[in-house]
Amino acid sequence: MKSMSYIDRPNRPLHIYALLYLAFLYIPVLFLPVFSFNDSVFIAFPLQGFTTKWYVELFNNEPMFAALMNSIKVGGATSILATILGIFGAKAVTRYRMPGKAPAVFVIMLPLVIPGIILGVALLIVVSRIGITLSLYTVALGHILISVPFAMATLIPRFEGFDRSMEEAAADLGDNAWWTFRRVTFPMVFPGVLASLLLCFTISFDEFIMAFFLAGTEPTLPIFIYGQLRFPVKLPGVLALGAIILMVSFVVVFFSQWLRRRGIEHTSSSGL
Amino acid sequence: MSTNDAFIKINDVSKHFGQVVAVDNIAITIKRGEFFSLLGASGCGKTTLLRMLAGFESPTSGEIYIDDAPMSEMPPHHRPTNMVFQNYAIFPHLDVRSNIAFGLRADRLGKAEAKQRVAEVLELVKLHGFGDRRSTELSGSQRQRVALARALIKRPKVLLLDEPLGALDKKLREEMQIELRALQQSLGTTFVFVTHDQEEAMSLSDRIAVMSKGRVLQIGSPKVLYDRPASVEVADFIGQMNFLEAQVFDVRDGQVMLDAAGLGKVSIPASAAIDQKGMKIIVAIRPEKLTISAKRPNNDRSAVQGVLKAAAYLGGRSHYHLSLDGTDKLIAVEAQEMDTALSEYLEPGAVVWLSWADDALIVLPHD
Amino acid sequence: MSDTTTSTGAMLNGHKSWRRRIRAKFLRSEALRGYTLLSPTLLVMAFAMGIPFAVMVVMSFWTQIGFDIDTAFTLANYKAAIDGPVYRALLIRSVAISATCTVATVLLAYPMAYYVAFHVHRRKLLWIILMTLPFWTSYLLRVFSWKIILGFNGVINSGLKALGLIDQPLEFLLYSPTAVVITLTHAWAAFAILPIYVSLEKIDRSLLEAAADLGEGSVGRFIRVTLPLSLPGVAAAMLIIFIPTVGDYVTPALVGGPDGLMLANIIYAQFGKVNDWPMGATLAIIMLIVVALIALACVWVTRKMREHFT
Repeated sequence: MKSMSYIDRPNRPLHIYALLYLAFLYIPVLFLPVFSFNDSVFIAFPLQGFTTKWYVELFNNEPMFAALMNSIKVGGATSILATILGIFGAKAVTRYRMPGKAPAVFVIMLPLVIPGIILGVALLIVVSRIGITLSLYTVALGHILISVPFAMATLIPRFEGFDRSMEEAAADLGDNAWWTFRRVTFPMVFPGVLASLLLCFTISFDEFIMAFFLAGTEPTLPIFIYGQLRFPVKLPGVLALGAIILMVSFVVVFFSQWLRRRGIEHTSSSGL
Repeated sequence: MSTNDAFIKINDVSKHFGQVVAVDNIAITIKRGEFFSLLGASGCGKTTLLRMLAGFESPTSGEIYIDDAPMSEMPPHHRPTNMVFQNYAIFPHLDVRSNIAFGLRADRLGKAEAKQRVAEVLELVKLHGFGDRRSTELSGSQRQRVALARALIKRPKVLLLDEPLGALDKKLREEMQIELRALQQSLGTTFVFVTHDQEEAMSLSDRIAVMSKGRVLQIGSPKVLYDRPASVEVADFIGQMNFLEAQVFDVRDGQVMLDAAGLGKVSIPASAAIDQKGMKIIVAIRPEKLTISAKRPNNDRSAVQGVLKAAAYLGGRSHYHLSLDGTDKLIAVEAQEMDTALSEYLEPGAVVWLSWADDALIVLPHD
Repeated sequence: MSDTTTSTGAMLNGHKSWRRRIRAKFLRSEALRGYTLLSPTLLVMAFAMGIPFAVMVVMSFWTQIGFDIDTAFTLANYKAAIDGPVYRALLIRSVAISATCTVATVLLAYPMAYYVAFHVHRRKLLWIILMTLPFWTSYLLRVFSWKIILGFNGVINSGLKALGLIDQPLEFLLYSPTAVVITLTHAWAAFAILPIYVSLEKIDRSLLEAAADLGEGSVGRFIRVTLPLSLPGVAAAMLIIFIPTVGDYVTPALVGGPDGLMLANIIYAQFGKVNDWPMGATLAIIMLIVVALIALACVWVTRKMREHFT
């Protein structure tokens, strides 16, 4: 395009590289759905014919549904609790001047720079020394620990991004702290809250290593899948499950992007 | 001042961005050693034209020559031009010295000579001792000087300046204007200066190109643009002006008689453009060329009576607005230092006489 | 209302004054209010990490004997871990694999991030979604997909066989450190792109124009302006990838084979079959120290590089 400025002019090799890179990112993952429709227990070329029987089998798989439910329960609890803690933290950090704020934030964000296995080991040790049995509750504890930093990271920009004077105006007009929060702050940070809930849920839902250490008799879905991987016969079923999870994540991401767009349009049209 | 070289030739250059025509068939010649300004409101195409000189945009049609070399072959880093950016574009990760010396790498200058030049140029822009400062610790006008130094150290044939003084406050701006002019005259470099501020352009430039909507309205020295604007648009843009509708009602003996709204009958020398009875034109006169008095002046200047509508005292000079019969427009008059008796008389509502010399009238085409 | 404050208030003054004083101090001190609000989060995080770490450190000084744990203080575990060739080799291998994977991922991701930051003008959001979508899929599944690709009878081997290009399956593909590096590089690719992209996107285009104006061609502009200004993003990407991969369990377990095992697998075994919890604690602490040292070194190097460019 001739109307492009000199600095922005196109670069063919880079363009090709970008496409190849995208292919590299996606193709391995796309093998999952491909082989989930393959009429063979062996995951190899050449393809043996189209079938949906692995998906059908999945529907009758009781243990799988149980594990799925467990993951949803843990994920739900984690996302809600981590987000609540994140809201407290984000509001405190962005609205108040405090000495020692930086070290405090550092402590809260620490799990981001610690490998998950170390956190899992530490929690396992302390939990068993105290005598608590491993269960979904212990898994949730671990998941909340690693989710809170992400919740904070999602919510802090939201709190920073809106003008304090609106909260001051609400106070001036008679609302106390709780009502100000409910009528002014919360609606404005709501998209951030939604994003945090979604993010924390996803982190918990996919998390394997800490759950592996901290789960008791009830497995989460990743633990269940890992268990299945030892048995070649079960592999196509796992692929079917994987393909479904993949599809759902794609849909969720597009949906959340659409929500974000709508959120932006909505706030701008209401003159905020 | 300069030789008559057509040092920069902009030949019928146009620039289209999709459907938008930013620059429309412009032809300008800039002389070596000139301080040349591109003056116009936002969106008139002046910055686009400057960027085409620098090489960041290429013309959709037309050709640019600098010192007889065609620029279409040359990417920005090979051109004999250097630019002072509007936002200064100071490299945040380098200190002042490294910023200024940045362009010397491409010139393959030795370390000793580079050091020498940096010291020279720091003196030139009055930033002596600032070499080791971090670029993030500078004030607005200091950053401006660093940007200037960085370009000048390369001793370019042409220095391009994109509204460099826009971000400074009035006093600093005026100081920098004086420095820039002095700098240009001592270096003898050709400066191409973009601005929307007509006072700035008038005070700095050897010649100005007034632009609007991608076209050049008029090119000339400040005096020419002020005294003999070619159109209503140019006259209006430069300084203050009164515009009145007029019609030719007689042509005789090399003189043209006009009937001007509010001013009555005036006579001006005939010219090729104005020679037909009944022709409609615009008559314009600068506020400072009008004289205001309590009684009809007893000289042979043309005069009419009017009513004073508004008076503003600006310390040393005053602005008056009065209404005349025959036109709805208020006439602006600028007066310097008048005696107290007169200025006391000049309250809104007072009946006054307006007088002028007919040769101060400017005749402009009606569009 | 003013009545109460003067008459009854005066009576109650003695009682309420201390409460009121505390309340007034609270309202006046911004820091106090801030910390109160912060306290649930801060306390939960501090205790949920502090106590377990403390206990883990203590346990690393104990010894496992059969089913019991001898709580006498001893450094035997640390000695075994540092002197023992197996543990040392495993630690070195973990760091080496991580480092290789980090460098490979960042090198591969940089041009991609550069492309989207500088050469995509419309639909940038679409590209960003495309780049980060894999982040939202299950890590386990991503690793598993490589297992089926690299396997003995997997996608690559069976595909090449079907095409007639090889007779025997390529053996080095699976169950080797190579497999671990390839898998990790792919799994973490999406994480490298974003920080690098963000720091490239922030670069003011007029800086590049200025560099061009001052005589630098594309290479010069990249090396002297773009690269230094993108270093913070590159450093962030490196930390984001290195730290989790050093402690990765799943990838070595699925595609590493005996030659590709990493520290995390041995640590897990301590809490499983081997049943030596103190040793597990010790190894975890050693891993933590190594990660912390390397992370600090990385930050220090970045700072030095920043200064060098200035």
